[in-house]
Amino acid sequence: MKHYEVEILDAKTREKLCFLDKVEPQATIAEIKNLFTKTHPQWYPARQSLRLDPKGRSLKDEDILQSLPVGTTATFYFRDLGAQISWVTVFLTEYAGPLLIYLLFYFRVPFLYGPRYDFTASRHAVVHLACACHSFHYIKRLLETLFVHRFSHGTMPLRNIFKNCTYYWGFAAWMAYYINHPLYTPPAYGDEQVKLALAVFLFCQLGNFSIHVALRNLRPAGSKTRKIPYPTRNPFTWLFLLVSCPNYTYEVGSWIGFTIMTQCLPVALFSLVGFVQMAIWAQGKHRSYLREFRDYPPLRSPIVPFLL
Amino acid sequence: MASSEEDGSGNGSLEEKENGKKRSLGALATAWLIFYNIAMTAGWLVLGIAMARFYIQRGTHRGLFRSVQKILKFFQTFALLEVVHCAVGIVHTSVLVTGVQVSSRIFMVWFIAHSIKQIQNEESVILFLVVWTVTEITRYSFYTFNLLNHLPYFIKWARYNFFIILYPAGVVGELLTIYAALPYVKKTGMYSLRLPNKYNVSFDYYYFLIIVMFSYIPLFPQLYLHMLRQRRKVLHGEVIVEKDD
Repeated sequence: MKHYEVEILDAKTREKLCFLDKVEPQATIAEIKNLFTKTHPQWYPARQSLRLDPKGRSLKDEDILQSLPVGTTATFYFRDLGAQISWVTVFLTEYAGPLLIYLLFYFRVPFLYGPRYDFTASRHAVVHLACACHSFHYIKRLLETLFVHRFSHGTMPLRNIFKNCTYYWGFAAWMAYYINHPLYTPPAYGDEQVKLALAVFLFCQLGNFSIHVALRNLRPAGSKTRKIPYPTRNPFTWLFLLVSCPNYTYEVGSWIGFTIMTQCLPVALFSLVGFVQMAIWAQGKHRSYLREFRDYPPLRSPIVPFLL
Repeated sequence: MASSEEDGSGNGSLEEKENGKKRSLGALATAWLIFYNIAMTAGWLVLGIAMARFYIQRGTHRGLFRSVQKILKFFQTFALLEVVHCAVGIVHTSVLVTGVQVSSRIFMVWFIAHSIKQIQNEESVILFLVVWTVTEITRYSFYTFNLLNHLPYFIKWARYNFFIILYPAGVVGELLTIYAALPYVKKTGMYSLRLPNKYNVSFDYYYFLIIVMFSYIPLFPQLYLHMLRQRRKVLHGEVIVEKDD
């Protein structure tokens, strides 16, 4: 069996960073990254981008050396992706924040409202219900992160955690401040409004969870395969007939429900911003489905049936 | 930041340095942009002349804002069209950058100078008005000549050098004006929404203005350095290697 030689150059400066000889033809990019880390320990595999062309796309960890268009001396170009952090860590941090922050406002911990309100309780039933719903939502997200989701990528750039936490924690504090405020005004249409909103919220939470489970079941443990999701026996998944990313559709629905329940403008704004972001993600996902699968169902739109 | 200096690419500029490709515009779009830029150059010239005349005749800046406010409001507000130009694609600049710049000008004109009449005679108002006038006359004539494919070097020189002084001067004028307005905002509680209300939200214009003032700290250096980089690229043909993201 012929062994390969691998040289790794810096993509920007073309400086020779590493030379590996006697590399197995069946070696994967992941294994080569590990070998590279040995000579440059500050560049752990997750922050390495190796490519055949300095301006081309990154090679995948699963790619096998002998299946690449290289001679027996392969040249790879290296780009540092910057400090990386695992998706799981980011999700847990960004979701734990709102859970705790909202509760600080709910229990009216000192320095948030005037001293005469410290540790008092709201006299509106809807405020207690809202706390339960908000907390439920983020506990659900934390549990899904730990037990349901199967991530395609292990890591993301470190700066994302600061960006994401500012967004989630900031908005959580902003809405929690008003909902739990001593001068909070309950919904204009009273119990009817709250009941309807709760129904919408619960329906969408169940829907969102159903989609997450369906997506998990599409992909075997440890694999990174991608398949077209289809409706299952669970009626909540029938939204797949009309939409590529029903998880986002249900998520927006949940927040619309919460907005109606609390009749709070900051919640409406959070829902709107979330919707815009999720619509962008859904468009991207929809387009990559179309590119990857010839037989992708034509009736589906990215996030809103027939419209968007 | 109300300076309105954006990316080196002008309105439908045919000397696009960004990717070396020539972008061609339809005849109608070109005609409209030429008209627009000539009109704006003229408008700001008229404003500049009106300000100079007032000062020469009266010897004071008191009442100057009141006397030129109609022209200022008309032409500065009309600049909202520039966001549309970017959105439609006849100008190759980001909608977001243009939006931010035009918005900050609109904010200063309508939400500070117009609404808080007590500060209209502050010297800082004259400072930013003069800065804006010089900046806009330079900028719009630059675009006009660019579209006509006859750009005199001195206009290009002015557009990429005046900002070095004008930009910081404008920021000083704007910040001092907002600062002067603060006591009046606090006293009247204007543009503020208090609890309780049915939207369960509150807004305090006074604290909002303080936040706006602090936001100049991160924003100004970024925009200033961006302009310096553009200047080096356009005037000195430096090849700038952009930081990868």
